[in-house]
Amino acid sequence: MESLMAYVVGIMFTAAFYMMLRRSIVKLVIGLMILSNAANLLIFVVSGMTRGAPPLIAEGASAPAGMIADPLPQALILTAIVIAFGVLAFAVVLIRRAYEVVGTDDLDQMKDTDT
Amino acid sequence: MSPEIILPVFIPLTAGALSLALWRSIRYQRILGVLANILLLWSGIWLLMSTTDQGFVTMEMGSWPAPFSIVFVADVLAAIMIVLTGIIGLAIAIYSLASTPRGHEKFGYYPLMHLLLAGVAGSFLTGDIFNLFVWFEVMLLASFALLTLGGERAQMEGAIKYVTLNLFSSAIFLSAVGLLYGMVGTLNMADIAQKVSQVEDTGMLTVVAMMFMVSFGVKAAAFPLFFWLPASYHTPQVAVSALFAGLLTKVGVYALFRMFTLVFTQDVDYTHNILLWAATLTMLTGVLGAAAQFEFRRILSFHIVSQIGYMMLGLALFTPLAIIGGVFYIMHHIIVKTNLFLVSGFTYRLLGSYELKDLGGVYKYRPLLAVLFLIPALSLAGIPPLSGFFAKFVVIRAALEAEAYLVTFVALLVGLLTLYSMIKIWAEVFWKKVPDHVRNTEELKGKLNEKHAWAYYLPMVGLAICTLIIGLYGQPIYELAEMSAEQLMNPQLYIEAVLGGDQP
Repeated sequence: MESLMAYVVGIMFTAAFYMMLRRSIVKLVIGLMILSNAANLLIFVVSGMTRGAPPLIAEGASAPAGMIADPLPQALILTAIVIAFGVLAFAVVLIRRAYEVVGTDDLDQMKDTDT
Repeated sequence: MSPEIILPVFIPLTAGALSLALWRSIRYQRILGVLANILLLWSGIWLLMSTTDQGFVTMEMGSWPAPFSIVFVADVLAAIMIVLTGIIGLAIAIYSLASTPRGHEKFGYYPLMHLLLAGVAGSFLTGDIFNLFVWFEVMLLASFALLTLGGERAQMEGAIKYVTLNLFSSAIFLSAVGLLYGMVGTLNMADIAQKVSQVEDTGMLTVVAMMFMVSFGVKAAAFPLFFWLPASYHTPQVAVSALFAGLLTKVGVYALFRMFTLVFTQDVDYTHNILLWAATLTMLTGVLGAAAQFEFRRILSFHIVSQIGYMMLGLALFTPLAIIGGVFYIMHHIIVKTNLFLVSGFTYRLLGSYELKDLGGVYKYRPLLAVLFLIPALSLAGIPPLSGFFAKFVVIRAALEAEAYLVTFVALLVGLLTLYSMIKIWAEVFWKKVPDHVRNTEELKGKLNEKHAWAYYLPMVGLAICTLIIGLYGQPIYELAEMSAEQLMNPQLYIEAVLGGDQP
């Protein structure tokens, strides 16, 4: 299962970079979306996937017994998802506004500030 | 219990929330802007006094014991950075009274400024790697909004590059945090530092170190990932430019200093060698880029890149003297660079342009402004006895002692080329006559038509005085840098301060 997920993460990173290198700003933002999800999935996979072992502590004990699933990565991912959501909302508004102001969605036409 | 460590985050956050509540009253937002930054500076000085006294100040959130909770840790370096944040915040808040357009103030300029400062202060103080990511994002979101406030074409184009590169860097950072957590099973930086020595797969650890280096390198605008900076920093209104120029890239540099002295010291030959070459090329490309520019703020933006190289050089050489030099350089650079941007904003106010060909005659009609430019400009180039000379001197001396002669040569050459750029600005903006095609010169020649003209001068004079103090009374500042370098070179002190002395 973990090796399968590792491939999925790899494919997602590849797809994200491919999309980010396209000229359209819409595809750029789609690339960013996939990129943040790829990072989230990576955290989930590398911290170890344990099946069917919720981190519950039996009554009277002070620590869970045996092998448990680590709840912390899920908290991290949840935080990262919320942040990514906010940032992407901004990015979507930004590209819409940029399209209105510049009049094109082609990144190659947006070189006025580069040189 | 030490409240001073949480105050630098608490004050701007509260001020930001209050400014939002006072959305309709620009007047109160302005007063709050200045007041909150005075408080921030005060809390920074308090923190600096405690850290020089006790070495480290820590606070565990919710009183959970250290590796389980998020901790805030302040060593001398963090406290210095907070003081600098306070100084820059105050300077920008006062400058904004005069320079910020009404429309920007109405659309939340002040709340965003406070949130940005909260993000910066949080990044300096946190001792938890995931929390660092969160503070980075707080800072980034506020900076995105500030950068695009106004919505002009250049801002949009600049913002797309800025947002993309910074989100890319955040994704790399997040992946690196995930991989590191997978190896050591903890997020507390002190705990990570302790456990990396037990990791068997050192190759993988170096990979993670490089991911952190790439991520912080993007944020610090290091070669070869700097191009978002000169593409975007000259686009927003000038107080925002100055705030970004002073603080944002330095957060990346600070994160590099923190991670590569505390955590990733297991393969110094490899990682710090890469840092060394990145630093050298950063210096060189930045200064050459600036030489080709003829727009006031673009020249200054490229110089941010080249100066970042000096700071990274201090870290990369990784000797006690070099770290002192790096820290000293950060202190000097933040103040000087902000001041130069503020000067560029004032000349814009007088003549209505940032293009060197449309500027001129400032020395004749505004000699005080010319002096205020000359102090930070010569300091940036490293002319004694200003602050930049000592900063460069320490870094270059460390490079010589490490027998890195090529790097030393590049650093000296870059100093010379910096002087060339500054003289270019001086000759074009201040010395030459007002160009004939410039029509609106009443404000340059006569009285400035501005109610708050003092608000332009006060921060520039204040920052210039700071530059002079660092230059002329450098000993106490140098001692501070020395103390912070000593703490950085002994990560065991940091670990003990966070986790308690009884740890193995």
